[in-house]
Amino acid sequence: MATTMAKALNAALADAMADDDRVVVFGEDVGQLGGVFRITDGLQARFGDRRCFDTPLAEAGIVGFAVGLAMSGLRPVVEMQFDAFAYPAFEQIASHVAKLRNRTRGALSVPIVIRVPFAGGIGGVEHHCDSSEAYYAHTPGLKVVTPATVADAYSLLREAIADPDPVVFMEPKKLYFSSADADLPARTEPFGRAVVRRPGRDATLVAYGPAVPVALEAAEAARAEGWDLEVVDVRTIVPFDDETVTASVRRTGRCVVIQEAQGFAGVGAEIAARVQERCFHALHAPVLRVSGLDIPYPAPMLEHTHLPGVDRVLDTVARLQWDDQPDARWLPATQGSAA
Amino acid sequence: MTTTPRPVRRASPRTRRPATPPDPARPLLPATEPVRLLDETGTPLPAHTDYPEPPADVLRELYRRMVVGRRFDVQATALTKQGRLAVYPSSRGQEACQVGAMLAVRDTDWVFPTYRESMALVSRGLDPVEVLTLLRGDWHCGYDPAARRTAPQCTPLATQCVHAAGLAYGEAHQGRDTVALAFIGDGATSEGDFHEGINFAAVFKAPVVYFVQNNRYAISVPLSRQTAAPSLAYKGVGYGVPSEQVDGNDPVAVLAVLTRAVAHARAGNGPFLVEAHTYRMEPHTNADDATRYRDGAEVDAWRDRDPVSRLETYLRARGELDDAAVAAVADEAEAYAAALRERMNAQPTVDPLSLFDHVYAEPTPQLVEQREQVRAELAAEQEGDA
Repeated sequence: MATTMAKALNAALADAMADDDRVVVFGEDVGQLGGVFRITDGLQARFGDRRCFDTPLAEAGIVGFAVGLAMSGLRPVVEMQFDAFAYPAFEQIASHVAKLRNRTRGALSVPIVIRVPFAGGIGGVEHHCDSSEAYYAHTPGLKVVTPATVADAYSLLREAIADPDPVVFMEPKKLYFSSADADLPARTEPFGRAVVRRPGRDATLVAYGPAVPVALEAAEAARAEGWDLEVVDVRTIVPFDDETVTASVRRTGRCVVIQEAQGFAGVGAEIAARVQERCFHALHAPVLRVSGLDIPYPAPMLEHTHLPGVDRVLDTVARLQWDDQPDARWLPATQGSAA
Repeated sequence: MTTTPRPVRRASPRTRRPATPPDPARPLLPATEPVRLLDETGTPLPAHTDYPEPPADVLRELYRRMVVGRRFDVQATALTKQGRLAVYPSSRGQEACQVGAMLAVRDTDWVFPTYRESMALVSRGLDPVEVLTLLRGDWHCGYDPAARRTAPQCTPLATQCVHAAGLAYGEAHQGRDTVALAFIGDGATSEGDFHEGINFAAVFKAPVVYFVQNNRYAISVPLSRQTAAPSLAYKGVGYGVPSEQVDGNDPVAVLAVLTRAVAHARAGNGPFLVEAHTYRMEPHTNADDATRYRDGAEVDAWRDRDPVSRLETYLRARGELDDAAVAAVADEAEAYAAALRERMNAQPTVDPLSLFDHVYAEPTPQLVEQREQVRAELAAEQEGDA
């Protein structure tokens, strides 16, 4: 039956709350309103305002409160209303959520899920479209998960809530209302497993979250150019599945990593480095990256220039040295002018 | 023809005005002067209607733990000089607060300490070596927080205020009558998490006692740079939280006020804010030079308000303490310090491979790889040594 990612996330929360009394859902506007994206719609009516409730408008407070609730034995699932609004909570996340298990040699664990609607492509004004996944992925102790399909939205969120460790659950806003056939409750591959969404022989596109549909569309368009591209959906940035990504690139010999976030020091850089380290002798071309620009997220009328789209992906695929010649743009100037 | 204007009928000044509604802020405000039950010499003041004096046996126990706690603190500072501790933030001078707070809560209550609460934690009965693990540097938190219902000593400022709110609410949510006591210093009340924590606790009626030890300095910065409020206890009213201020060097008053605050929280009335006016006799840590920001006369003035001798004077005058009892407590404190010295002389063993054990419940494949890398590095080192 066709359902949206938003509805799948809502069903995952409802089913988790029904299965486990310890699960509590809270944040800003998540109660009666059901969240600004309606992900918590109906939860307060069904489970009562002790299980799903609004809080003061304070993100550090929300996450710190979740730490205390988790210490008391509950399983908090908190919503950060938008990516950039989660920044006040960063100290709580980096210094406590991520570290408590380690600081206490396992005596305390804080199995919290921090849901973050993230990334752009929805025409949002500033501070509503940040791709903040690298901040979390760079913080040991956190798991960082981002679904790209409806079935994964359900399954990964259920797994996040059941996980003994804190999970930052990054929900691509532009996919909330994407729809697909999915029989819920769906169970897909577990944390730590990337998935080949489209098999191909000529090159591997590695993508996660909002970049996955872009990669699939690009792979489809690439057929006209004679390229048969494989698409790997990372799904869980932490823990990262080197095995699946490496196996794919060893098969195809070429790799492009795609992320919506600004590129510098991003998750794509980490993936590209890991692929290069592990697949050097199988590579026919350098590992390339496609990303957003290294700029603050632009105003809505300019966001299409920033966002990596099919054309940017195909232009990059074209630079994968199909003629076995070096990429002219990286050659030293003298050599380049002599050529 | 002239007409005499008719006099305008005015309301008689004696007409009753509508009664002024009671000021809702008033019951939340602290006393205008810090609560005191003993004066600075240890002489009892007239009984306080709101804060009855704790029973004599509790006060004797308070004295015993304060003496032992001070001896522990002095020993810990000495251990830094011998290189056994990386650093130690002393709370000497704050014994009434450190120990009084621990006598006000039950073993089943949760405590949220900062890095300055080592004395409080040993007073709670935690193993001093486990308490000092953080400062010795062999791990971060040396005790089991879940078993001891004591959060790890918090170094980031004020973040524990929100944890206490969540813990207290979560316990109440599950039908338990646990109270959370969160320590905080004067400087940290400027942090956003102090505000967010007390606000969350108030909104959710979480049973938390926020206990501010105002020792007048945040490292070097005086209280006047933290707040323009009349005193820190006045911060409660803005959150709808009842508050009190107490002479933090009067052990009897500290215990009396905190006992009432804890009872208030446990009875389901929500959080309570207590500010204790006290003084840290030592520098911020052994690495700090307090002479750069405060003068000796100020320190001397606070020495005269010493909480331990104040309580001793009072208990002796009441006949609750004699020379033999004082000597016995002093002997106990010496034995405690000697045992601590002895145990801290042993070099702790650390296992580099344990660095990977508790990052996650199960290590990620990447951590498994790094553990193997470290294992190989260690093996190579050992071979090099051999």
